[in-house]
Amino acid sequence: MAGMLGKIISTKTVTEYVTIEQKIRGLFGRSLFIRHVDSGSCNGCDFEISMLLAPQYDIRRFGIDFVASPRHADLLLVTGGITRHLEEAVIRTYRAAAHPKMVVAIGDCACGEGIPGKTYAHHGSAETIVPVFVRVPGCPPRPREILEGIFSAVERYDRLRKGGKPT
Amino acid sequence: MTANRAIVSRMLRKLPVSRPAAVSSRSDGITEVNVDKRDLPDVCRFLGREEQGRLFVVTGSDERDVGGFLSVYYVFAFDRLRHFVAVKADIDENDPTFPSVTPELPAANWYEREMKDLLGLRPIGHPDPRPLILHGDWPEELHPLRKEFPAGLHVPRVKSRETFPVCDGEDITVIPVGPIHAGIIEPGHFRFAAVGETILHLDTRLFYTHRGLEKASEGWPLEKAVAIAERVCGVCALSHATAYCQAVETAAGADIPERAKQLRTLFLEMERIYNHVGDIGNICAGVGFAVGASHGARLKEELLRLNERAAGHRYLRGLVVPGGMRRDADPDALDDVRFTLRRIGRDFREFVDMIAAHGISVDRMRKTGTLSKEHADRLETVGVAARASGRNIDARRDWPYAAYASVRFDVPVFREGDVWARVRVRAEETFQSLSIAEQILDRLTPGEIAVPLPDIPPYRWAMGWTESPRGETVHWLMTGENGTIYRYRIRSATYSNWPAVSWAVRGNIVPDFPLINKSFELCYACCDR
Repeated sequence: MAGMLGKIISTKTVTEYVTIEQKIRGLFGRSLFIRHVDSGSCNGCDFEISMLLAPQYDIRRFGIDFVASPRHADLLLVTGGITRHLEEAVIRTYRAAAHPKMVVAIGDCACGEGIPGKTYAHHGSAETIVPVFVRVPGCPPRPREILEGIFSAVERYDRLRKGGKPT
Repeated sequence: MTANRAIVSRMLRKLPVSRPAAVSSRSDGITEVNVDKRDLPDVCRFLGREEQGRLFVVTGSDERDVGGFLSVYYVFAFDRLRHFVAVKADIDENDPTFPSVTPELPAANWYEREMKDLLGLRPIGHPDPRPLILHGDWPEELHPLRKEFPAGLHVPRVKSRETFPVCDGEDITVIPVGPIHAGIIEPGHFRFAAVGETILHLDTRLFYTHRGLEKASEGWPLEKAVAIAERVCGVCALSHATAYCQAVETAAGADIPERAKQLRTLFLEMERIYNHVGDIGNICAGVGFAVGASHGARLKEELLRLNERAAGHRYLRGLVVPGGMRRDADPDALDDVRFTLRRIGRDFREFVDMIAAHGISVDRMRKTGTLSKEHADRLETVGVAARASGRNIDARRDWPYAAYASVRFDVPVFREGDVWARVRVRAEETFQSLSIAEQILDRLTPGEIAVPLPDIPPYRWAMGWTESPRGETVHWLMTGENGTIYRYRIRSATYSNWPAVSWAVRGNIVPDFPLINKSFELCYACCDR
């Protein structure tokens, strides 16, 4: 108690410093499980996501991991701008995930700004099919930026849960 | 060279045409043979089987605005003669059929199905006329690559006419997998017919990531469309971009500066290196060898960071333009490349030795997923998969582009055709690539990095090709009015190699399928476009 008081007096702020792992454990019970869904990307974004498992990033140290089944997922990373042939698969994957679930759009195509654009076979955006919670533009976005996008989703979810503005 | 031309002339005089054919020699050296469509199977069999030409690319094109016809092109490559023969046939829209070449040349299979889906050109006698590019819920009478079809048209779904081959038998289980797969990987559908765990037959249904890039590119200015080329695929980005630029440069009759050729070669080899290192790491993941997978990922990340430092982009996008390079590499960046590649080369040597010494992994990889030379030849596979099965082809050596004619390198070829052979091809090629990079760095000439291209007249076709990390990739281009694209056909290495996977898995067990798939490491996006 004294320690906390001392900190408040010296910093003149009441703050609570929480690590991302603690936040994830608090919010999701254990780990944040992610299901990646390729909705028709060029695979650049997919490879950048998979680099998050490389030793330099080691996403598992944050209590985050990738799962095979959408039913185990808290968060969906969608790459690509949803092709005609994958529309049904993306919708089914989204529906299979249990609430609470967040969709993070990874890359320009998923964010609606991709160079291929809208064609007879390509929607050109993930937002036409699934509700996107956080957008991470880039072509492809770097692993660090994808990680920041995932953390932003966690923060945003936390704020929403506390009844505040999502911003 | 004259001896080759004499051989080519003799060959052309023997063409088995029943109706008059027009033979012309183009300015880029390619022989164009205009035949009546009824002669297509005989001519293609003659060139592809009797004269042993390789089927380089096949494309259809809606040229009704140009000459009043829909046209098909079958381009054959004669590696030893270093000559291309392009067989062209014009097809009337009122009778949009032509006799299928596939019974004579199995490698023409997917090309013809694609022309049927996208252009409405029906190959009569094709053994497998199921929908390919556009899945069964697309109306059969709509063809996106016809000029009257708007690129962004939304087409409602119809009742699906999709079928799969029926595998019936007392002990046979049909196992459908995908399109969404367990890992962080691209989508595709696999349908196994298995007895117990042993795979009897695999039917692959791809084109889930078909985005309609070829149609989208029509009308784009030539100098801008490189942005589409480099987004066909993420990990073959530079190979596609360079093949595209080379097609434009050939159409323009332009020769790019020596420094540009050398820089393209350097970065193309850097693309090969990071892909091979990453793919070997992935194969370790396929056998559950976690240490190997981790080292592979670590080294690949180092190489991607090097790409960003040297070229400005981890996947080497934004580097080439028609006419040369968009940006130069400064001396510090080149030193960085040299020393980083040397360091990673030493680590990679240790990495490969570690895998080779790991008995369990090698045991999983030996005699698994064997692709015979006979199948590799008949399906005209390219790249790593071809060279692991004894098929000795490499576009860098056989059809030199960029600065490859000025560097020395070996092309590793193995005979076993199994997963372990494909790993060894990649390992040996990586060492060769490291050597090519050093040679380029040693002799990089100062000078211009790009030339302005002249205006290119419309309706001129040309090809560009590269040996991507997966194999020979061909871009066929026809220019339109005002320096735009009229028709753009992208034939990636993976398009040629996917049919071979079905043969490689036969007789293997289902749990080995991810390993076999990873040993081919074919990009779905490259194939689907």
